[in-house]
Amino acid sequence: MRSYALRRVLQAVVVLWAAFTLSFVILYLLPGDAVLAKLGGGDTATALTPEQIAQARAEYGLDDPWFVQYGKRLAGALHADFGRSIATGDSATHMVLTALPPTLAVAGLGLVLALLFGGGAALAGTYTRAKWLGNLLLSLPPLGISLPVFWVGLVLVQIFSFQLRVLPALGNNGPQSLILPAITLALPTGAVIGQVLAKSLRTQLAEPYIETVRAKGAGRGRVHFGHALRNAAIPVLTMVGVVAGQLLAGSVVTETVFSRDGVGRVTTAAVNAQDIPVVQAVIVLAAFFFVVINLAVDLIYPLLDPRVRCDPAVRVRKELVHG
Amino acid sequence: MAELIAVRTGFVLRRPGLVLATLVLLLVLAWALAPGLFTHYDPLSGVPRQKLQAPSAAHLFGTDETGRDVFARVVHGAGLSLRAAVSAVLISLVAGSALGLIAGARGGWLDAVLMRFMDVLLAVPPILLSLALVTGLGFGTTKVAIAVGVANVANFARLMRAEVLRVRTGVYVEAARAGGVRWYGVLTRHILPNAAGPVLVLAVLTFGTAVLEISALSFLGYGAAPPTPEWGSLVAGGRSYLASAWWMTTLPGLVIAAVVLSANRISRALEGERHD
Amino acid sequence: MTELLVVRDLAVSYRGVPAVRGVDLSVRSGQTLAVVGESGSGKSTTAHAVIGLLPRGGRVDGGSITFAGQELTKLSERRWREVRGSEIALIPQDPAVALDPVKRVGDQVAETLLIHHLESKRSAPAAAAELLRRAGIDDPERRARQYPHELSGGLRQRVLIAAALAGRPKLIIADEPTSALDVTVQRRILDHLEQLAAEENLALLLITHDLGVAADRSDEIAVMSQGRVVEHAPSRTLLAAPAHAYTRQLLSAAPSLATEPLRARRDTGEPLVSVTGLSKDFGPVRAVDDVSFTVAKGQTLALVGESGSGKSTTARMLLRLETPTSGTVIFDGEDITAARGERLRLLRRRMQLIYQNPYASLNPKLSIADIVTEPLRAFKSGTRKDAAALLDQVALPSAMLKRKPAELSGGQRQRVAIARALSLRPDLVVCDEPVSALDVSVQAQILELLVRLQEQLGLAYLFISHDLAVVRQIADHVGVLRAGKLVEYGTAEEVLHRPRHEYTRELLTAVPGRLERAA
Repeated sequence: MRSYALRRVLQAVVVLWAAFTLSFVILYLLPGDAVLAKLGGGDTATALTPEQIAQARAEYGLDDPWFVQYGKRLAGALHADFGRSIATGDSATHMVLTALPPTLAVAGLGLVLALLFGGGAALAGTYTRAKWLGNLLLSLPPLGISLPVFWVGLVLVQIFSFQLRVLPALGNNGPQSLILPAITLALPTGAVIGQVLAKSLRTQLAEPYIETVRAKGAGRGRVHFGHALRNAAIPVLTMVGVVAGQLLAGSVVTETVFSRDGVGRVTTAAVNAQDIPVVQAVIVLAAFFFVVINLAVDLIYPLLDPRVRCDPAVRVRKELVHG
Repeated sequence: MAELIAVRTGFVLRRPGLVLATLVLLLVLAWALAPGLFTHYDPLSGVPRQKLQAPSAAHLFGTDETGRDVFARVVHGAGLSLRAAVSAVLISLVAGSALGLIAGARGGWLDAVLMRFMDVLLAVPPILLSLALVTGLGFGTTKVAIAVGVANVANFARLMRAEVLRVRTGVYVEAARAGGVRWYGVLTRHILPNAAGPVLVLAVLTFGTAVLEISALSFLGYGAAPPTPEWGSLVAGGRSYLASAWWMTTLPGLVIAAVVLSANRISRALEGERHD
Repeated sequence: MTELLVVRDLAVSYRGVPAVRGVDLSVRSGQTLAVVGESGSGKSTTAHAVIGLLPRGGRVDGGSITFAGQELTKLSERRWREVRGSEIALIPQDPAVALDPVKRVGDQVAETLLIHHLESKRSAPAAAAELLRRAGIDDPERRARQYPHELSGGLRQRVLIAAALAGRPKLIIADEPTSALDVTVQRRILDHLEQLAAEENLALLLITHDLGVAADRSDEIAVMSQGRVVEHAPSRTLLAAPAHAYTRQLLSAAPSLATEPLRARRDTGEPLVSVTGLSKDFGPVRAVDDVSFTVAKGQTLALVGESGSGKSTTARMLLRLETPTSGTVIFDGEDITAARGERLRLLRRRMQLIYQNPYASLNPKLSIADIVTEPLRAFKSGTRKDAAALLDQVALPSAMLKRKPAELSGGQRQRVAIARALSLRPDLVVCDEPVSALDVSVQAQILELLVRLQEQLGLAYLFISHDLAVVRQIADHVGVLRAGKLVEYGTAEEVLHRPRHEYTRELLTAVPGRLERAA
């Protein structure tokens, strides 16, 4: 067990390093000349002298050969330093970290709503005896996955802010402003959770051991909640990492739609300004969250699935089989 | 013959959702291929006198702030959006399948390296990855399509690899080797045809996802520059008029949702048929 | 004596398709009734109808099921919940998948007690442990806290028996209670079940495809075919003088009841393949340990053993599908132990393999013609046109050439696999449990086919099986494997009638059907 945990931590570190390298390749090597892109273009067509350009290059460390740049930036990244924002001059890490709390607030509420509605729909849909109700509830997750998040947000604003006038359309003030963004975020996330849980429940209910339980005289409730749910929850747990990523990605759109502060806003502003250090910081942050959450899931997994307790390699093999 | 018709009709009647989904996609495809058939209005320039009119018989989706017919813009935008989505899927499909095939077939250290690489692509949410690529490559529909394509490579790679492994360890593959077939024969006649099914299902599903991601990026402003009509930017354009002209945001968004729903429905049907 | 369970004129259908028609059965307390049939006979459906657990789409169309005077067919779901587990209990088929993998075994036994309010939450664990002990599990307190995956197949089956007995039912339905287990374990479990049933004066409804098991363990046998009961008689009567043609057919096909081999046994012959000191390690586990034997031309060597004995691995090493850790394989005078690459590929012409699972060994996407001629085309010694002749050899019509495996039955698929194996005219064919997945009457046909082909083509067979009854019919020489070691090896006559090793004797006594024949 010890060596397994160690291997997973090592893997996590490798993924983080790879995320950093990938973002380096995409952001620093692809565009060719980042400085010209920033300073030379845009609306303010400032005609810069070659000396000024060279000076700017040196300031941002862009005049070194690529492997030197890579080495320097990697060293910086190990200290969580991704350089200075080209747009604001602020530390990229600082910008991202200060923007984190509002995003987390919405994401947290969004996750709770997602679990309630997605998980609830899946559970109720499989438990109910009324076929029409079951079909209706189970058709909701596939619907939720198909709706564009930005569109849903706008429609919600239209209905609740402009027509019904019960909730604010934008801004960061107070708990009320959390509601619409959280609902918007909860939509795709809840849909994914609902879909996976529904499929998982249906698979479990078709398993042979359920027949054994029913043969003992168990009623519907015991079958669904005492046996099927626990087994069905396991694959859902493995999705948590993906879900967290989705929440972060969703915040990019929701914060734009609702004009809220947060990591999403910072990201879009950075992309617009081609502010490379900030974009890189966001990428690595996302990877970091994903990796940490997955590690946590790996540690919790044996608590839920006893088959894995003796031999964690069993889980890896099962993953390969079940994807 | 009569029996055949009866079977076909039964098929259609029992699956209304699937039929509807197919019709929607065919309609949108027709929009993309021959927009002129569906609307005679100019998507790029409008009549200012007719601005901000609600949907009516004359203007199915109403008009926008410069008097352009919104329906015309949606129809003409179909070609752009579909082409981008298809390109993105092709990129993901070809690159992902190739990587997954190599990883699954060769195994060993190559497999481990490729899979770690895929892990990274999966660790970062597709939207963020696409944003990074857009930052590096620049804006525009093609660049957005490439970005979305690359962001979805990992899914295909993982699936192809899993399928290859599943088939590779299957008994009939070993029977073929025991029968003297060489490895490339095994690959082309046994592994690929059996692995192709799930990959196709994922491709259709990814088409839907690609439409969503591309329109999200275009909503954020990274797609084609205005006045080119792209579905996402159409929705974005209506933001300022949310209170007064709801049709500018709601209707193009509905079209996007309908396309994605249809793609998902068809993908589910393909998956179900495969298991029969 | 009054009947406990009376089934009269039962009709069951799945989504409109009839599965069971006009079935009459009855069982008394303290009596065992075996319902015997092949797949699709409706025996399982009948059993599930009796406990009200028909799968989705199944419904009782007509007839009556009376249990202790109560009519079951019209019972509400709530009333069924009172009956199941406490009046009628089920021991399900495959212990590997019949237990909830995330719950402790003791809790799963206690569940029956809790559902029917026979024990309180506090007293249930102790009661459950006692039930486990009665089911033959030693150290029951410790075992009760274990999870299903930590137990062997036999132990899991005992847990299921304990859970079934927990509610003190009057009738137990045992659905193929031992088909997933090794033969020695099978025997112990069935003995124990018989004992428990006698102690509690239970009625036992035994569902099985194995006529030998039915003969040994039941007072009466009902034979089912295609949804109907074709014969119902006391066991002795049925076996001595079967009335119905189908029963006679089953009896003659049942390997456990057959005494004569399919052709005269041969003792000596020219060696074709010999292995010496063959061993295989998988990491720290030694799967095969120092095995040596010889297969003679035109003869059959049977390798017998239970699961995990290493018989499959040995065969695969002989075929060089696995590389031996040590030892040598000599084929027709040539040492092939280290053969690789093209040399190995060319060797394939002379030795072929038939797999156990006819569903997995054929590529579902190819046509039969393609499958059967693939080896020929790989060696460029034939084309698709030769397919018809190959199918002819195994008595399959040429109409099958265009079909795909999914359209064929298990027996037909196995014939295709045989045709494929023979296409290169090999000298040796390794048959890895080729008939275990098939119905008994189909088994008999395939075995006869294999024997006939051996005569025609002078083939040598290495026949792997866990079923001594099958081996009895076709082997010239027998080797018995246990935990990787060859514990007995000699002519079939010697091994089967004068076994030297303890384990061989144990295997022979465990073969069902001996009790009746000995009588």
